[in-house]
Amino acid sequence: MKHQELGLSNEQVIDMYYTMLLARKLDERMWLLNRSGKVPFVISGQGQEAAQVGAAFALNPQEDYVAPYYRDLAVVLRFGMTAKHIMLSAFAKAEDPNSGGRQMPGHFGYKKGNILSGSSPVATQIPHAVGVALAGKMDGKDFVTFVSLGEGSTNQGDFHEGLNFAGVHKLPVITFVENNRYAISVPFEKQVASATVAERASSYGMQGVRVDGTDPLEVYRVTKEAVARAKNGEGGTIIEAMTLRLTAHSSDDDQRQYRSSEELEAQKEQDPLPRFEAYLVEHGVLDTAALENMHQDIKQLVNEATDYAEEAPYATPETALQYVYGEE
Amino acid sequence: MPMMSYIDAITLAMKEEMERDPNVFVLGEDVGHKGGVFKATKGLHEQFGEARVLDTPLAESAIVGVAIGAAMYGKRPIAEMQFADFIMPAVNQIVSEAAKMRYRSNNDWHCPLVVRAPFGGGVHGALYHSQSVEALFAGTPGLKIVIPSTPYDAKGLLKAAVRDEDPVLFFEHKRAYRLLKGNVPEDDYIVPIGKADVKREGSDITVITYGLCVHFAMQAADRLASDGIEVEIVDLRTVYPLDKEAIIEAAKKTGKVLLVTEDNKEGSIMSEVAAIISEHCLFDLDAPIRRLAGPDVPAMPYAPTMEKFFMMNPDKIEHAMRELAAF
Repeated sequence: MKHQELGLSNEQVIDMYYTMLLARKLDERMWLLNRSGKVPFVISGQGQEAAQVGAAFALNPQEDYVAPYYRDLAVVLRFGMTAKHIMLSAFAKAEDPNSGGRQMPGHFGYKKGNILSGSSPVATQIPHAVGVALAGKMDGKDFVTFVSLGEGSTNQGDFHEGLNFAGVHKLPVITFVENNRYAISVPFEKQVASATVAERASSYGMQGVRVDGTDPLEVYRVTKEAVARAKNGEGGTIIEAMTLRLTAHSSDDDQRQYRSSEELEAQKEQDPLPRFEAYLVEHGVLDTAALENMHQDIKQLVNEATDYAEEAPYATPETALQYVYGEE
Repeated sequence: MPMMSYIDAITLAMKEEMERDPNVFVLGEDVGHKGGVFKATKGLHEQFGEARVLDTPLAESAIVGVAIGAAMYGKRPIAEMQFADFIMPAVNQIVSEAAKMRYRSNNDWHCPLVVRAPFGGGVHGALYHSQSVEALFAGTPGLKIVIPSTPYDAKGLLKAAVRDEDPVLFFEHKRAYRLLKGNVPEDDYIVPIGKADVKREGSDITVITYGLCVHFAMQAADRLASDGIEVEIVDLRTVYPLDKEAIIEAAKKTGKVLLVTEDNKEGSIMSEVAAIISEHCLFDLDAPIRRLAGPDVPAMPYAPTMEKFFMMNPDKIEHAMRELAAF
């Protein structure tokens, strides 16, 4: 069995699937809440959960640092965020650990989980991840930093500047490009001049790997290798995970305007969740009853998180004045 | 107390802070082996090694962005921009990231970094080695912007900036580097950020300024003193956020205010200072607020005739002072 060849136990792959499913169900719930007028905005990771989980499970949440981008719901779940946290963020409530309701959903940040705070201008997180890696190297630490982004963001100056810096200093930075083939409406061919994003790695003295991002075990394998190289002093890696964007860019976008119905139908066939579920059933890791239980547990968790967040208080208006600078 | 140049005071501040705290490190273009193009980091590479005095690739956004990441981790980076004019590629990192880090994470993360940059003209630097860029960043809550006018203040303010819990832009007038000398104590003192300083007491007119213009204003004030006109000179030292109390107090004291900056006039730091005085001191004023500033052209030209025309000097300030005193 493939997962055992990779050193993953049955419990670990069940955990991986659970995280994928939880991310999916939270994401779906946020769309429902948006369409019913309860939350103003959603930005989605549906179709990218396998890639995110494969990579995140190859990292060590106790030591490694992550600088995720806005679709990385499954990554932040692995790094200590909970269903409740995600819903508090969706509803912009005071208890939201990302920002206390200050930022839009998807702008993750959670110091306790080594999740760097992110913004909306894309690729700015790459130099930050490089800076954390540099600081770790100065202190003789053994962790890696993981930074993720979409393929469109690989055109930004900060991608080049950050990765060149990491390359020069052989820093343990794993750059994870979730290539869902669209930067909002603009397809890969009109975004990136090279045939792949992975081949850009050669400019930075790094290895570049393209991987099937709908296969969590393949992503796990290449990320694990990247971690090993990083810890061995061989520097960073660019991993380009080929993924799907099953939803529109965000709740304010309609992808039917620029993607054909055939294309949208076809990608549903590649949805990583049923495929990984089938793998687990086929290899006797999960049976139908266990799966049913998992679905029920997650449904309950999402319901509870939604109710809790909906009832939770907003920040009081005047708290908008807080934390511009460190309090004296 | 040794006499020291403005740039040596800056170097000493970094050296002392690096000795005090192993988390303090310097990064930038040519800051290592060469000691910086102006030699501000001279001797640091030899003393602290290349791990803490880092020559970076020529890429300003990465210099600031990497410093932000290191600061988030717990380091105290001092990032050098070779010239303030070259800070533009890093504006997104400074304004969207560093300035908003604490606020956007609801105080979960913060990034205590210093970005040092030589600014200002009068050194035949032409358009792209002469600019004053402070007004571009002023009005960005989350940032602090410091511009020292003396070697004493330069050392004390830089040490305060390194120890500050928030991002500080530290602009050093490049003409002041070797022009200005003063007494600088060798002990560990701090000049607080956010506090203006009365550099000269006077009762007839008030001049509010910062940076090298403080030096020019002091020279002009000496000339007026021989004619019995006493000038109060306030050095802002921190140009964002402004020390409103000190500005209001100084404006009320004489009722005649001259605001001086080397930057272009419209939208300058002095525009905000004028607004503060208008809001709080209108009925205490005996003359209209007067701003003396660079012309509203894109930047300082190279040819000596045009550079001199643009650049602030004691004569221009003296002339404006005399006009205001006679009002």
